[in-house]
Amino acid sequence: MSAYEIIFYLLAAFILGNGILAMTTTKIFRAAIFLLFTLIGVAGLYFWMQIEFVAAVQIIVYVGGIVVLIIFSIFLTQQSGLEMPKATLQRKIFSGIAAICGAGLTGLLISQYGFTNNPDAVLDDSVQNIGTQMLDYEDVGFALPFEVISILLLAAMIGAIVIAMKSKVEES
Amino acid sequence: MNEISITHILFLSTALFFIGVYGLLTRRNMITMLMAVELILNSVNINFVAFNKYLYPDNLDGLFFTIFIIAIAAAEAAVAIAIIIHIYRNHHSIDVEDNEEMKY
Repeated sequence: MSAYEIIFYLLAAFILGNGILAMTTTKIFRAAIFLLFTLIGVAGLYFWMQIEFVAAVQIIVYVGGIVVLIIFSIFLTQQSGLEMPKATLQRKIFSGIAAICGAGLTGLLISQYGFTNNPDAVLDDSVQNIGTQMLDYEDVGFALPFEVISILLLAAMIGAIVIAMKSKVEES
Repeated sequence: MNEISITHILFLSTALFFIGVYGLLTRRNMITMLMAVELILNSVNINFVAFNKYLYPDNLDGLFFTIFIIAIAAAEAAVAIAIIIHIYRNHHSIDVEDNEEMKY
């Protein structure tokens, strides 16, 4: 067993363990911290696959942005040490059955499909290549989705501000 | 080096996806449900990157899908948290069982 495999299994155990803890712990602040470690583990998996740009984006956007936003919203909406009400046993059992059945079915399909690796070609994921293809409007370019997503981000920003703003008109 | 194939990575992302589904089904707090959605989106991102790296390494489509999903997830989280804060200001609770005015 090489170090390559050992690192993969360590990363998998880290991701899944923290994911399970994030979804089962009863304190909401701890759930946010476990989610943080899960996302760091996923970034580590991207580093393990040698896709450095996506790993960096994952750390910057998820760990630096979304988790901080979630923690701030926890502080704004409830006391962080408070325990959440536990789900009923019935709901836990049926959700667990649904999740395990779905995972079993998908795992069965994956194990029987038989993917063939394509080890000859090498993925060129340099930042230069990514930037060139993203702003290219030829066949392989992604210029149109890039523009659409910039408009989406602008709309989401304005929408978030408008929704969260206190309406002075109704109060007076 | 090729002992770990794409199948292992797909098993990992499947497990992460269904952990997220379990959390989405059991939790009744809006912020924790949002966390479950983030886990699900992350597992899909792992799939895209793994498919691109191991099966179709001659173009970069999977990476671009991953980057766009991350951007959309950030926008979605911002809007969802704005809605949650607004609901908390009006109802003093972010439990989904307490917010059912639009049900009927």
